[in-house]
Amino acid sequence: MKSGSNLEKVLQAGRFAVTAEIGPPKGGSGRVVESTGEAIRQAADAFNVTDNQTAVVRMCSLAACALLARMGMDPVMQMLCRDANRIRLQSDMCGAVALGIRNILCLSGDHIKFGNHPTAKGVFDIDSMQLIQTVKMMRDERKFLCGEEVAGDIPLFIGAVENPYADPFEWRVHRLAKKVKAGADFIQTQAVYDVPKFARWMEEVCEAGLDRETHVLAGIIPVKSVGMARYMRDYVSGVEIPAEVVSRLEHAKDVKEEGIKLIIEIIEQVKEIPGVHGIHVQAVGWEEIVPEVMERAGLLPRPVI
Amino acid sequence: MIITTSKPFEEVLKELEGAKSVFLIGCSSCAATCETGGEPQVAEMKAKLEAEGKTVTGAGVYEEVCHELNTKRKFRENKEAVDAADGFLVMCCGAGCQSVREATEKPVHPACNTMFLGNIARLGNFNEKCSLCGDCVLEEFGAICPVTRCHKGILNGPCGGTDDGKCETDREKDCAWTLIYNQLEKEGRLDLYEKIHTVKNWQVSMKPGRVVFQKEGE
Repeated sequence: MKSGSNLEKVLQAGRFAVTAEIGPPKGGSGRVVESTGEAIRQAADAFNVTDNQTAVVRMCSLAACALLARMGMDPVMQMLCRDANRIRLQSDMCGAVALGIRNILCLSGDHIKFGNHPTAKGVFDIDSMQLIQTVKMMRDERKFLCGEEVAGDIPLFIGAVENPYADPFEWRVHRLAKKVKAGADFIQTQAVYDVPKFARWMEEVCEAGLDRETHVLAGIIPVKSVGMARYMRDYVSGVEIPAEVVSRLEHAKDVKEEGIKLIIEIIEQVKEIPGVHGIHVQAVGWEEIVPEVMERAGLLPRPVI
Repeated sequence: MIITTSKPFEEVLKELEGAKSVFLIGCSSCAATCETGGEPQVAEMKAKLEAEGKTVTGAGVYEEVCHELNTKRKFRENKEAVDAADGFLVMCCGAGCQSVREATEKPVHPACNTMFLGNIARLGNFNEKCSLCGDCVLEEFGAICPVTRCHKGILNGPCGGTDDGKCETDREKDCAWTLIYNQLEKEGRLDLYEKIHTVKNWQVSMKPGRVVFQKEGE
């Protein structure tokens, strides 16, 4: 075991894993994190906490993850290169381990331009690839980036993200291969709506043998409204929503129900794609729907290993 | 080429609130090309300031205002007009402005914003391609700089925000990583794309930069 996290155990056991995202509050209330955690704790194996997602200031991922860990949940601490240099990043990893966090997701971060402090200075001292390398070095070689020794273990299960839809499509698998080589134990993908295109990407992933070296969890974003679908189609770069998906929601009598049905269909299709080891559900601001979706998708109860 | 833009005239006027008389300095190098501090702009500024009731004791467009010895020499040559001024308005880059700082103890005012080290696409159209990082990595990236031309400056791109070869932050900007990949492919050097580039040494670009050449025998 690299970290002993619940997520690692479930994946090692060859079970189809479920991770769910929790967005921390725009303030200091630990109760908000705890109550969201409580509401969905039975519905997933591990719980990502975003790190100032879309460059909007929120409670830090480290603190929210520590709250979840205290509740006996398995948090995935998201960590960005946008807001911190290599000193802060390594230091936070040590702190995370001390607070019982066992999974980390390494990202570069949405550009500051899209957030609520657009005049801030971006750090980008290192990039997500180098962050993955850094965690691996600290964990496996017990060394900081500078070469000095880390005191004690850094048992972190290392995650990375990949967008199967970002173009050029042909070289996304190369980049995934680099992340795996750098040390990514698991990969959470951008939201899947165009299943055939995702399946083509997975085929390439498997051809490159990457499914044996890492665990790919397909990104799932439940759609709450037609407006949300249109917004993601038009403004969220990297998300591809086929026209028929939007029109299906537009013509639905009960949009929420249709959205849930749609997501369950996607989950069922994604589960059958070779090399997919789980799903990552990002119910942004709609976390409470996760247990229902998981129940109806036949993914409950979650395995106890 | 150091790219500058002109500050709004109202801002310049505010800077000069305490000065009755002013000496204007333009630069025939970069600022002339940027049309922020060449002969026509300095003449226009003189007229506008005079219309606001300021006395312009003199004006000069120097070759490379950033050359400190040269700027000091120009000041000595124009001693009368320089001495008569309450302050100096510098219509070129921040380096030029601070070169003037070395030549006088009176207030020095910037008339421009200094943007970047730029390439000239055509007149009036400038792009940043090098950000003076002090540790050139162009060899590894098909002579296209990811540190400067990728909005995140990442050495292992592209990020998820590339969109039809454009950057998610600005549809007018090319995704540097698309350019890099295509160039490496043309050169048959895609092995460089597959390489994981390790963390960059930023120490070499610590501020303030200083280079002193050692002469032989010293």
